[in-house]
Amino acid sequence: MADPLLVVRDLRTHFFTRTGVVKAVDGASFSVNRGEVLGIVGESGSGKSIAGFSIMGLVDPPGRVVDGAMTFDGIDLRALPDEEMRGLRGRRIAMVFQDPMMTLNPVLRIDTQMIEALTAHIRIGKADARARCRDALGMVGIPAPEERLSAYPHQFSGGMRQRVAIAIALLHEPDLIIADEPTTALDVTIQAQILYEVQNLVHTRDMAMLWITHDLSVVAGLADRIAVMYAGRVVETGPTEEIVERPLHPYTQGLIGSVPSRSKRGSKLRQIPGMAPSPLNLPEGCAFRPRCAYATERCGQSPADRELLPGRWGRCHHPLHLAAAGRPELAKP
Amino acid sequence: MTAPDTAASAAAALMELSGISKRFTRRLDAAAKIAQLLGARLREETVHAVDDVSLAIAEGEVVGLVGESGCGKSTLGRVVAGIHQASAGTVTYRGRDVAALEGRERMATALAIQMIFQDPMSSLNPRLRVAEIIGEAVRVHRLVPRPDLDDYVADLMRRVGLDPDYRKRYPHQFSGGQRQRIGIARALAVRPEFLVCDEAVAALDVSIQAQVLNLFMELRQDFNLTYLFISHDLGVVEHLSDRVLIMYLGRIVEEAPTEALFGDPNHPYTQALLAEVPRLEPGRRIFKPITGEIPSPINPPPGCHFHPRCPHAMERCRVERPALRPTGPGRFSACHLNDEARG
Repeated sequence: MADPLLVVRDLRTHFFTRTGVVKAVDGASFSVNRGEVLGIVGESGSGKSIAGFSIMGLVDPPGRVVDGAMTFDGIDLRALPDEEMRGLRGRRIAMVFQDPMMTLNPVLRIDTQMIEALTAHIRIGKADARARCRDALGMVGIPAPEERLSAYPHQFSGGMRQRVAIAIALLHEPDLIIADEPTTALDVTIQAQILYEVQNLVHTRDMAMLWITHDLSVVAGLADRIAVMYAGRVVETGPTEEIVERPLHPYTQGLIGSVPSRSKRGSKLRQIPGMAPSPLNLPEGCAFRPRCAYATERCGQSPADRELLPGRWGRCHHPLHLAAAGRPELAKP
Repeated sequence: MTAPDTAASAAAALMELSGISKRFTRRLDAAAKIAQLLGARLREETVHAVDDVSLAIAEGEVVGLVGESGCGKSTLGRVVAGIHQASAGTVTYRGRDVAALEGRERMATALAIQMIFQDPMSSLNPRLRVAEIIGEAVRVHRLVPRPDLDDYVADLMRRVGLDPDYRKRYPHQFSGGQRQRIGIARALAVRPEFLVCDEAVAALDVSIQAQVLNLFMELRQDFNLTYLFISHDLGVVEHLSDRVLIMYLGRIVEEAPTEALFGDPNHPYTQALLAEVPRLEPGRRIFKPITGEIPSPINPPPGCHFHPRCPHAMERCRVERPALRPTGPGRFSACHLNDEARG
């Protein structure tokens, strides 16, 4: 198998605020291949969005990427000069935000904005550019793309705006799209439409995609692999089906138990006690320790990221389900 | 349309709505009226947020109300909670018309029905301490003797999982989940019988959401509460409710016991919704979404509101509004297809 398109190793992004150092991302490792969707799942404050921003080089002071390696198609993103990063951003790596109005300028027509995004990177004639924009709109399922090109953002519904934002991200046929909660603000039927378009695009165009979300059930049907983040760290990665069926990290298990589903109807949900720690004041060792039912003294030491099962990495001293998989030596605390 | 005699109304219903409509009209201001005189085509716009809805909720029942944004579910919830006056129709509580109640009875009914909102930050006064927020209504209505108020508030805080030591704090010093617990304690403080929860867990993280859902289920047993649980999240509604109502563009399109609705949805809109809910079941699915978007409630399509998006739409659906008719025990659906099937 070819090298992954994007490799992030032990990324640390900290914010140096007056009240102290906020360790928003504090040891995140994951990789994405072409034609693959990686779901990054975490609750608010887990650092999942900042991880995405770090890859895009969009972390502003007082935040800074302080450690780790990010390699995109063989390019070291941390060592890349600003000028070259700008050439990469939007052309080879594109981002879609939760709120499409973060991408769209409310006082410019859609065609103006899309053509601007095109000509920022390539020389192209006006008619060609317009045609390309129209095709991009059609690709994401916007009806009558030719007419909609001359509309303003406020004339679109929320779902349609998000499609426009995705179309802009697709304009340069990027190798990697980072989507940060793109369907969170949308209704289920509209979300389903967008998930459908995205699945098609990734597989037909051999793109790589990072889908950042708090909603495990959205990525369960979309992502090939999942990385679960907690308090700035990726605590578990692996193929989607295996993670959902047999989570190794107690936090992942807790997350899955918290989602109401058919089999649990009417019964008490297996909730995770307490709440996520403040990133200003992370507990020593494993950050999940205070909420974890399996925590021991050993968890006072930070668990390393290790391969617990083939293709499945995790940070836990007491991973679950390993005994059943025939690796008893790891299951014992 | 006459009120369908729902299954719950046969048993003594706690809360009953019949023919409820709620319209919001944007009146023309002075400038617009002048413009109209000069020939501009400006008209008053009316949104039919809730359009002739009838339903009954039995005591102790948890009814889930599901719909997408703009379908009128929150407006209906506010009519039930007495925050909005209905434009037409009657709300009866324990067999009495709420609008006709006066004085002491009116007050008692208002206290018996409480509402919990989606965003706890905008529904809690940021300048009041938690103890004041929870105890305010209790003090005003003199439900508890003054000297006992502190203990009463502390008890409530413990009951919803908050540390009473935090009673002197302000809402901004709490996390989202804790704020929602404050909102719940405030609603419980006046000893309600009926809670309207409008997207009460939508703003919370999954693990916190599970905690609050568990709390709702405990409270139901401890206080013998009846719930109208409004949500866009089918998973949450399925987990909590005994009976589910599906709303589309101001109308209830299907009503059924939870098991029946999720097992065998009747209305094409319900079927589409269920098919598209992301579920935590392993195995990749290719989404085959229904097309189109929810039409504007200012100018809804004639006949069945769902027909422009419905894969089974017939000529009749474009002209005639389908009535909510029984399709099985405790089940109702508003779809012309059911008549066709029956021949």
